[in-house]
Amino acid sequence: MKTGPTPSPLAPADAKIGPKPPLRRFHQARWDEPLLFELGSPGERGVLPPLAQAPADVVLPDGLRRAAPPALPELSQPQVLRHYLRLSQENLGADFNVDVGQGTCTMKYSPKVNDRFVRDPKVAGLHPLQDERTVQGVLEIMYRLEGLLREISGMDRFTLQPGAGSAAIYTNVAMIRAYFAARGEAETRDEVITTIFSHPSNAACAKTAGFKVITLYPDADGYPDIEALRQAVGPRTAALLITNPEDTGLFNPRIEEFVRIVHEAGGLCAYDQANANGILGITRARDTGFDLCHFNLHKTFSTPHACGGPAAGACGVSAELAPYLPTPTVEFDGTRYRLDDDRPESIGKIRPFYGVVPNLVRAYAWIMSLGGAGLREAAEVAVLNNNYLMAKVLQIRGASVPYAPGRPRVEQVRYSWERLAEETGVHSEDIGVRAADFGTHYWTSHHPYIVPEPMTLEPTESYSRAELDEYAAILAEVAREAYEDPETVRTAPHRSTVHRARVDVLDDPATWAVTWRAYRRKILGE
Amino acid sequence: MRIGLVVNPVAGLGGRVGLKGSDGADVQEKARALGATPRAPERAATALAELRSRLGIPFAVPTAGGSMGEGAVLRAGLVPDVRYRPGEPTTAADTVRAATALAPHVDLLLFAGGDGTARDVLDAVGASVPVLGVPTGVKMHSAVFGATPRAAGEAAALMAAGGVRIRDAEVMDLDEDAVRDGRVSARLYGHVRVPDVPVRVQQRKVGGTVADPSSVAGIAAGLAERAGPSGLLVLGPGTTMRAVAAALGAGVPLMGVNVVAGDGTVVAADAAAAELEALAGTAPAWIAVTPIGGQGFLFGRGNQQISPAVLRAAGRDRLAVAATEAKLASLGGRPLLVDTGDEELDAGLRGHLPVLTGHGRFAMYPVR
Repeated sequence: MKTGPTPSPLAPADAKIGPKPPLRRFHQARWDEPLLFELGSPGERGVLPPLAQAPADVVLPDGLRRAAPPALPELSQPQVLRHYLRLSQENLGADFNVDVGQGTCTMKYSPKVNDRFVRDPKVAGLHPLQDERTVQGVLEIMYRLEGLLREISGMDRFTLQPGAGSAAIYTNVAMIRAYFAARGEAETRDEVITTIFSHPSNAACAKTAGFKVITLYPDADGYPDIEALRQAVGPRTAALLITNPEDTGLFNPRIEEFVRIVHEAGGLCAYDQANANGILGITRARDTGFDLCHFNLHKTFSTPHACGGPAAGACGVSAELAPYLPTPTVEFDGTRYRLDDDRPESIGKIRPFYGVVPNLVRAYAWIMSLGGAGLREAAEVAVLNNNYLMAKVLQIRGASVPYAPGRPRVEQVRYSWERLAEETGVHSEDIGVRAADFGTHYWTSHHPYIVPEPMTLEPTESYSRAELDEYAAILAEVAREAYEDPETVRTAPHRSTVHRARVDVLDDPATWAVTWRAYRRKILGE
Repeated sequence: MRIGLVVNPVAGLGGRVGLKGSDGADVQEKARALGATPRAPERAATALAELRSRLGIPFAVPTAGGSMGEGAVLRAGLVPDVRYRPGEPTTAADTVRAATALAPHVDLLLFAGGDGTARDVLDAVGASVPVLGVPTGVKMHSAVFGATPRAAGEAAALMAAGGVRIRDAEVMDLDEDAVRDGRVSARLYGHVRVPDVPVRVQQRKVGGTVADPSSVAGIAAGLAERAGPSGLLVLGPGTTMRAVAAALGAGVPLMGVNVVAGDGTVVAADAAAAELEALAGTAPAWIAVTPIGGQGFLFGRGNQQISPAVLRAAGRDRLAVAATEAKLASLGGRPLLVDTGDEELDAGLRGHLPVLTGHGRFAMYPVR
C-alpha cells in the first residue's frame, strides 16, 4: 500500500518545469489555416450593405473607374470570425501573454471598456467632412484632451494630428525648421543634436527634415556625455532632440544643464517623451525648460500601438512656437468649438483631417478614468515593477545591466546577455524564441546595437507581481537550459506551429509579400 | 562547403605564464619550462565541436597532421583529412606550408592561433580563400578572430548555411618585444577575407552594426563635399578609406596612405611622410582617417606616415575622422586612441572629436 501525500492533479507532469511560479505548459494551436483569399466561394455574403446612392452631379473620370469589380474574397460573417480566431491561436496575441519583453514599445493594457466609446455610433459614425457644427462632441473631446496633456507636460499648446510617435517627432522638427526660417536662420542653424540612446526616430526625423545630425555617446556612467554636448553646440545648433529616460532606462540627472547649454547657444530643446510611462505626474517637460515635447498616445496613454498603422502622437509646444502648429487647431469661444485653419505661420497638415480620432477618444477615456493621482500612481507602479524585475533578472546567470551599476532604472532596462552568449553560444535572439515556448513575448529590436546581446524589458504598471515573477522564471529557465542543454534553446521553438522563419526572405524586398497581389506576383509567379 | 583547419600548437603558450606572447623558440622553451601547456588544439576542438553541433552531421576536415589539426579534429568527433605533415617541434614555416597545402581544398580555412599565426596564414593564402581565426593567442589585435572559439565555430556554421557576406579584415603586427618592455606597438600588416558574421551582436535587425555599404557611401560623399573639387584628401589605410576613394572614382592601394583630390584624381599613392608633408604645405588638405576596428587607434598604428608635421600643417579643423556606427559599436564604449609620437599634438587631439558616420551624420566621440 502506497503512503505519503497524493500528488495534486494540478502539479506539472514534467518535474523539470516546476520552479515557483510553475511555468505554463503552453502550446500553440495549429490550424493549417488557408489565406482569407483562398477561403472565399463566389456568391457567399456576410452582410449586405445598402447600395451607395451616388449624387447625380458627381461623375468619376474614366481613369478613376475600375475596369472590373475588385477581386475580394466572398465569405459569410461567421467564417471570417472563425478565420481570425484560429489565426489568433497560432500566434502570441497581445491579450494572451505577459508582454513585458516589448522593450521600448510600452505595451500596457488597453482597457476594453474604452473601446465601447470608440465603437459607439456617435463616434464610429462620424465623417471627417461633416460640418463642424455637427461634430461638437468630438471637438470637445479633442479640446479637453489637449488641456489634459498641457497640464501633464506644462506646455502651452498641443496638436493631436500626428499619426504616430515618429510622425510627432517629425512634426516637432518641422516646427523647429519653421521657427528658424521665420528668424532668417534657416541656412545657418542646420544641426540637430541627439544622443545614441535616444530613440533612433529622433536622428531619422531630423535627417529626413534636412538637418545634419550629431549624436552624443554615453560617458563612463552611461549618461549622455555633457562634455561632448559642450563640444557639439554652436551657432549652427538648431535643436537638441533627447529622450529622457533614455532607452537604457537611465534618467539623465543633468537634463536641465543640457537644456541650458543648448539655449545659450540659441538652439531649441525637444523632449521625446516616448518613455513617459515612468514620469507622468512626476516631472514636466516645460518645467525642465523644453520648448517642445511629444507623447506617444498609443503607448503611454494606453491606446493600440497598431503596428505602425493608426497610432496617435501628440506634440506640445511653448507659446513662442504655437504659431507653427499644424492646421487645424481646435479652438473654443466659450460656447462653440471650431477648427482653425487660418494660421499663416503653420507648417500645414501632418495628417488628413483631425488625426486618429478613435485613439484620441481612448486616450481621453484612460486619462479621465485615472485622474491626476492615478496617472502618478501608474508611473510609480511602472517604475517599481521595472526595478523589481531588474532585481530578479540580475540573479540569473549570464545576465547583466550595462552602465551605472547599482543605479535604479526608470521604466525599462536594456540588459545584456553577453556573458551567457560567450559561455554558451546562445544568443539573445535564441532566448527570445525559446521564451515563446513558455507562452511569452520577447521583442528583438534594441536599436542601436551598442549593448551586446541586448534584451530590453519594459513592464509598465499593467502587470501583477505574480506575472513579473512568472516572466523572470521563464528567463531563468531558458538561461539554465542555455548552460545545461544549449541545443534545446538554439533549436527552439518546440511548441509553436511554425519552426524558425527564414528571416532573409522577410528582409529581402524581392521576396517579401505584404499584400495578396504581391504574394501572387512574387511567390506564386502569376 | 569544405572547412579546413590549421592549428598553431604553440600559440598562446606564453600567456598563462606571463610571457605576453609566444614568438620565437626561446620564449616557447621558457614557457614550457614555466609549466605552460598548449591550449590551441583544445580550443580548436571546441570550435569544431560547435560547428559540428550546428551542422548536425559529421564531416571530413582537411587539416595538418598531429598537433597542427589532426588531434583537434579527432577530439571533436570528426574525420581528419591530413594534407600536410609537419616536423617536430612545429615552426611558423609549418603554418605557412600547411595553410598553403590546405587552401586549394577548402572554402573556409579555420586557423587556431594568435596575431602571429594570422600573419603566417595571410602570407600563405592571401585573399585566395576566406579564413577565420579561433582565438588562442595571448592578446589578439587582428580583426580576423571569432570572439571565442565557440563563436568562431558558429560563424563557420552560418557561412556553411549560406548567405554570409565575405569582407576584408585587418591583420595586425604586434611587436612582442615592445610589449614585454611595457609598450603596445601594433601596425597594420595586411588584410585577409573573413565571413562577415557579427557574432557579438544580434543576427537579425542589426541596424547600425552591420558594415552598411550605404553608410560608407554617405561618408565618402560627406568627405568629398568637405574637400571640394580642388581640395586634397589624405586618406589613411583601411577598407573604409579605400571605399571612400572608390566612391570618388579613384582606385588606390588598400595599404598605406593615399592622397586623392576631391574630383577623384589620385595625387599620390602609398605616400611616405616626407611626400605628405610637402603636399600638405602646398594645398589645403583634409586628413581623413578611420580608427582601427575593435581597437580604436586613430593615429600611430598603421598610419605613421601621417606624421605630426602633416597633422600640424592641416590643423585640427581639417581632421576628418570617419567610421561606420558598426565600427564605433565594435569599440564597446572604449575611446579612440592617439599616439602620434608628439605628446603636445596628442594632447591637442584629446577630448571629443566629431566622427563622420554617414552623410550629414556625426558622432561626438571621446579621444584619449
